[in-house]
Amino acid sequence: MSVLVYVEQVDGKFKKSVFEAVSYAKAIAAQTGTTLSALSIGEVSETELQELGKYGAEKILSVTTTELKKFVNQAYAAVVAEAAQKEGADIIVLSNSFSGKGLAPRVAVKLKAGLVDGAIELPKTDGGKFLVKKTAFSGKAFAVTELTSAVKVIALNPNAFGVKESPATPVVEAFSPAVQAGDLTAIVKEIVRATDKVSLPDAELVVSAGRGLKGPENWGMIEELAGLLGAATACSKPVSDADWRPHAEHVGQTGIAISPNLYIAIGISGAIQHLAGVSSSKVIVVINKDPEAPFFKVADYGIVGDAFEVVPKLIEALKAHQA
Amino acid sequence: MKILVCISNVPDTTTKITFTSDNTQFNTAGVQYIVNPYDEIALSRAIELSEGGKGTVTVLNVGEAATDPTIRKALAIGADDAVRINAVPRDAYFTAYQIAEYVKTADFDIILTGRESIDYNGNQVAAMIGEFLEIPSISIIKKLDYDGTTATIEREIEGGKEIVTVTGKFVASCAEGVAEPKIPNMRGIMSARTKPLTVVEAKDIEEVAKVVSFETPAPRGAVKLIPADEATSLIGLLHTEAKVI
Repeated sequence: MSVLVYVEQVDGKFKKSVFEAVSYAKAIAAQTGTTLSALSIGEVSETELQELGKYGAEKILSVTTTELKKFVNQAYAAVVAEAAQKEGADIIVLSNSFSGKGLAPRVAVKLKAGLVDGAIELPKTDGGKFLVKKTAFSGKAFAVTELTSAVKVIALNPNAFGVKESPATPVVEAFSPAVQAGDLTAIVKEIVRATDKVSLPDAELVVSAGRGLKGPENWGMIEELAGLLGAATACSKPVSDADWRPHAEHVGQTGIAISPNLYIAIGISGAIQHLAGVSSSKVIVVINKDPEAPFFKVADYGIVGDAFEVVPKLIEALKAHQA
Repeated sequence: MKILVCISNVPDTTTKITFTSDNTQFNTAGVQYIVNPYDEIALSRAIELSEGGKGTVTVLNVGEAATDPTIRKALAIGADDAVRINAVPRDAYFTAYQIAEYVKTADFDIILTGRESIDYNGNQVAAMIGEFLEIPSISIIKKLDYDGTTATIEREIEGGKEIVTVTGKFVASCAEGVAEPKIPNMRGIMSARTKPLTVVEAKDIEEVAKVVSFETPAPRGAVKLIPADEATSLIGLLHTEAKVI
């Protein structure tokens, strides 16, 4: 018995969501009295791999096979399953990232394992059951899922557990899994990524704006506020539909669901479909000139006022605060 | 070209979510059911790809007879025929297994699902079908083109996108952007009544996961309103009280 965590790298680096997954997996290993191994696939430096030790990884399997440089879920699932068998792992943890969402279900089928995706808490293992809480009904409820299989797979939501240090000195071991050509028929042609900005699903702070901004030319102050906070920018559906902002920024029922520590909504009324994507944010600030905007009902802090007056004031106050 | 679109029967997006039997059952009283919105996007793209005699679209639902109206809605949107696998879709593993077993008896080039169902918010079925059938699966796609043999797919990744090509059979789960959802017209609604709906019995598979209870989020405290002319005090509150900046 042991716990295996798959650590997704992007251009040879690990993101915060990976350290969270390692922290979470370490807590499960401690809870069940077993050890934690991590599996990395792709070119990652020794220094970066050692970072995983901070959060409790005791052993790291590093796969640098040429054919596996780019993420293909079918092939990666075979590697994760082989690593799990090699390590005797009965609990496999991944981050519920876009790639994780494509990978975890395949791993689950390979290992005849139950899967909880979107986990938000540590499993409860008292009473002989293995129960994991996850988000359901688009943020309107939680579902407690029991995994009844011998092997269990958990995909952890970003920002749900937090990063917790638990220093270990990991042993790095090169791992060369079998690769089947038939698992590599999906071919990655191109990866386009904006690297200069905070990625929305990983962001701890998010500044979001809606139709109340009146036009794309008015986003300068939103970006300035986000920049000062080190926050990601987001938007409502009407804004992305009108192409004022890129689709990747759209949060809500049909966009991305996020759960940052702070969500600042500016000029967004708070339609139920928008709330579905943001209601699990820890602190919500709403700025809207309409006091009847439904968003105020789920907000922690509210300012009834014109965004064009309020936001510049906030920028000045923030500059003063940071000075 | 034969396309299979897997649809889920879900509560309308505006449904008030409550539970019964000591929070172990979803309260279905008075709930309106719809085709899962993401599945509608998948279906709409499938119809576009098949138009002009290029192929056929079959919709499939794992559900009991009560889901037939939702299947008819999908037929009204424009699917050619439908299959219902007669079982309660108890979890993604079970559902994906049923679909994969059915696909083994039929010959589909493309299998599409929505990115997730809006009830359990899983992203599991598409990739599980892929694994059961040992074919590629691409999750959360934003664009799908198909030239008859090769599909060019845009997949969402953190902060960007990835372009993937697949030749041969594949599964993909569709997100917003793949197509504009089609709305049934009168002719579609009329013809949906007579389109074939085949019922298939489910197969046994071991249970690996089950939902045992539900919880509703703790209500947030009342909003703290800050007068607009004191807006700057928000920064201090976020720093000292909420401790998020």
